[in-house]
Amino acid sequence: MSSYYHQDDLGRFGDVGKNAPGLWEKFQAWYNAVFAPGALSEREKCLIALAVSHAVQCPYCIDAYTQACLEKGSNLEQMTEAVHVAAAIRGGASLVHSVQMRNVAENLSM
Amino acid sequence: MTQSLLGREHPLSSAVEQLRVLNNFSPAQTPFDENLAASGLFPLTATGIETLQINVGKLCNQTCHHCHVDAAPDRKEIMTRETAELCLDVLRDSEIPKLDITGGAPELNPNFRRLVTEARRLDRHVMDRCNLSVLLLPSQKDLGHFLAANQVEIIASLPYFAAERTDSQRGAGVFDKSVEALRRLNALGYGREGTGLTINLVYNPTGAFLPPQQEAVEADFKRELAARHGIVFNALYVITNMPISRFLEFLLRTNNYDRYMQRLIRAYNPGAAAGVMCRNTLSVGWDGSLYDCDFNQMLDLPISHGAPAHIRDFARGRLDRRRIFTGQHCYGCTAGAGSSCGGATV
Repeated sequence: MSSYYHQDDLGRFGDVGKNAPGLWEKFQAWYNAVFAPGALSEREKCLIALAVSHAVQCPYCIDAYTQACLEKGSNLEQMTEAVHVAAAIRGGASLVHSVQMRNVAENLSM
Repeated sequence: MTQSLLGREHPLSSAVEQLRVLNNFSPAQTPFDENLAASGLFPLTATGIETLQINVGKLCNQTCHHCHVDAAPDRKEIMTRETAELCLDVLRDSEIPKLDITGGAPELNPNFRRLVTEARRLDRHVMDRCNLSVLLLPSQKDLGHFLAANQVEIIASLPYFAAERTDSQRGAGVFDKSVEALRRLNALGYGREGTGLTINLVYNPTGAFLPPQQEAVEADFKRELAARHGIVFNALYVITNMPISRFLEFLLRTNNYDRYMQRLIRAYNPGAAAGVMCRNTLSVGWDGSLYDCDFNQMLDLPISHGAPAHIRDFARGRLDRRRIFTGQHCYGCTAGAGSSCGGATV
């Protein structure tokens, strides 16, 4: 196996439901409700999904939500900014932990 | 790309080769007619003729990457005066309310103005499918005035409100020319309230994905074109790219063909299938041959099942309820909110 990830596997997502159909149906119903237009538009939800896809580094999600964002009318500038938001939160999350470092260091130091 | 597929002697310039690709589908692809039957629509039949759509030829001043006509400056097929007169005879002898003139760049056909003025004299609504840049050609400097004087509805391609995406599909510099043409048309009153002059824009996706919801992207276009360039227009039509001709070549070259077809098939919408434009349109080729739509025309799939196949043999009764030729490419018109020359159908 050259890679653990195969693009075609995205189309087999439904296979996950084979051994727990009840749970799969609940997941699908919830997932579809989440992405339906509400207080946020479908386009906004897809941009959030694209950003989160990068944060969780899921190739399937990045593939699916890149296409979905384009199909909802987002452009590459908007999509790139969304990914930067994810990256900034990831980077910021690392950096903010340095307060913990400082606390420990201060506690250990004279 | 400066030449047509035909000019490059590309195998996909042949309709036979395109159909070979389209018909050689994997078991994962549901045959279109099977979906149509499941929707209670097979065989698909016409419901009347609301629009006579005339493709006056393949000559164009642009060579767009997605063109389903394979139109380009090197294409010379063009409708003659004799055939144009046959089309006008049909308008005269029928009550078809709309004439839709397409190409290529239809304005480059020397009979274009004759078709427009005579159809207008017959009090028919006339639509010109315009690439915008044609208005800037020295030979066409009075074109805008001509269209306005005849109250022709302009349907103009503009895939995006920014240069990069527009030029990636339509060629370097096309966006700037399109903006200039739109400014001139606005100055003539097109797109402005109270003038009766209508200009609708057409959004085609700039790649292997479906178009967005029409209303959402229309709002983006109106806001951005007004803010960036002071341009106004009436409505935006979103049209799905059809997997034939140059767009098919793009799909195969970029290894996107199977994925795109699956996307179209997954998005099959019975409501869109019921409202496909071939049901109320009759398409005429540059040589007078009759087709169910401009896409079947480019695939050399003429009207069949016993209905007249040439404009000289036009018989409304037999064409009104004709059976329509369908195939895998028809998924392009039935995906999502549907796609037609007037945009989404659902």
